[in-house]
Amino acid sequence: MKNENLVQYIYGIADNALILGQRLSELCGHGPSLETDIAGTNMALDLLGQTRSYYQYVASLVGEGKTEDDIAFLRTERQYKNVLLVEQPNRHFGYVIARQFLFDVFHLLLLQELQRSEDETLAAIAKKGIKEVSYHRRFSSDWIKRLGDGTEESHQKVQEAINDLWRFTDELFHMTENDMIVADEGVGIDVKQLREDYYRIVKEVLEEATLTVPEIKYFQKGGKQGIHGEHMGYLLSDLQYMQRTYPNMKW
Amino acid sequence: MSEKEIKNLEEIFEQKIARDEKIEPKDWMPEKYRKTHIRQISQHAHSEIVGMLPEGNWITRAPSLRRKVALLAKVQDEAGHGLYLYSACETLGISRDELYNQLHTGKAKYSSIFNYPTITWADIGAIGWLVDGAAIINQVPLCSTSYGPYARAMIRVCKEESFHQRQGFEIMMTLANGTPEQKEMAQDALNRWWWPSLMMLGPTDAESVHTAQSMKWKLKRKTNDELRQQFIDQTVPQADLIGLTVPDPDLKWNEETGHYDFGEIDWEEFWQVVKGHGPCNKERMNARVNAWEKGEWVRDAAMAYAKKQEDKKLREAI
Repeated sequence: MKNENLVQYIYGIADNALILGQRLSELCGHGPSLETDIAGTNMALDLLGQTRSYYQYVASLVGEGKTEDDIAFLRTERQYKNVLLVEQPNRHFGYVIARQFLFDVFHLLLLQELQRSEDETLAAIAKKGIKEVSYHRRFSSDWIKRLGDGTEESHQKVQEAINDLWRFTDELFHMTENDMIVADEGVGIDVKQLREDYYRIVKEVLEEATLTVPEIKYFQKGGKQGIHGEHMGYLLSDLQYMQRTYPNMKW
Repeated sequence: MSEKEIKNLEEIFEQKIARDEKIEPKDWMPEKYRKTHIRQISQHAHSEIVGMLPEGNWITRAPSLRRKVALLAKVQDEAGHGLYLYSACETLGISRDELYNQLHTGKAKYSSIFNYPTITWADIGAIGWLVDGAAIINQVPLCSTSYGPYARAMIRVCKEESFHQRQGFEIMMTLANGTPEQKEMAQDALNRWWWPSLMMLGPTDAESVHTAQSMKWKLKRKTNDELRQQFIDQTVPQADLIGLTVPDPDLKWNEETGHYDFGEIDWEEFWQVVKGHGPCNKERMNARVNAWEKGEWVRDAAMAYAKKQEDKKLREAI
């Protein structure tokens, strides 16, 4: 395994945190209540904090004077390796919660494995993240239940979001060629092994929330290869605006 | 209650304040005291919440991860301030829904400064440095104001605000020490935020309608003009330190008074913005009303779910 394999592997984990953190940041100040606003910002802060740890590690692996900001802001769209799920827009609060929930369940399972990685730095970042992501999963699961078993309108809205986002869940368990190389070294995780637990946990929560578990034949993928949806470019335009407009400056 | 009894209560109340004792929610208080406090505390809470918008405007575009995280945390602090100020206000017997309603219908005011747009990254520095700087000058005396819940909320608010102010100044300093483009961005932000920041400290003493009563209740310890002078005296040397120019040709140090003399404030602009005709009054109010209306189904769901859970518990108990 070369450094580059490890770097690409970290992108596959860290970019999820960055892009979801960015999506949550868009909502700061616009939440349905002050309490949910604060909670959403908390999750964004946790995710961006994790992003920084991963990218600082990448920067140390790459050398050449690269910084966490070069990695966060100066790649092209095809170089971001986040899954499609996390880049989905904040269409309404039901989508925000459904996206969060469908990701959190995966994220926690992943970190629980990653804390046993042969790579000490990754293991340490994962270990620290588990506490945060456990809270995220509790928060989003609670809200899935509130919305699912709340009013008729909230039930319908969150069901719509779950139905819509379900097609992005399968990608979470894809292994790229690079993932396999890194997993073989005991550094990366074989995410295929997480699939069963994932769908079991998700289904339990959805059922408790009186929601229907979608059954579909066709799933979407591409994020892990850097092939994103059309809205990703706009997200990156915001994210990268300052670094692109004013290159090589300190902020 | 007889007039005599009320007079007696009023006397006890005034003596308490004179002795610097706190008035607590369950204590008797004159109706005017209650109303004035609802007005001021809610105005303060609304300012925190509306104040999240101009800064929130730059979270997704912050220039570095460090700045992004710091800005998110700052805006979140403001939501927190809003939360405890609304709670302090609720102890005076008004509901949060009613307070929101007053904001959304324009009955309650919020600080006019937030009706100016944040058009460059430097504006985030300028807001922290100047707007939070002016806010602290307004707010520090409130840590010892007479109404207990407000005073206690303000102690926490002020601690966080002073951190924000340093953070804002640090953004400005970084820009001022940066490339010519960055320095220009910082100067431009100072040019645009300076005068509105001075206006933040309120109309001149001659025009200020609430000052006398508020001084008596320790809602105010200094007059608007005194606070403004304090802000200018404190901020001008900071601008000098980082090589930025305060946009006031009449500004000069007065050896005799030991203060800076400064130019005429455009009060017409102040009143225009207060009356709802600033550059972003409509946008700010739309954003708040929009968040509230679009969030209604979410709040309803949470209530309905909580009720269902409670009913379930009751059934199980039987």
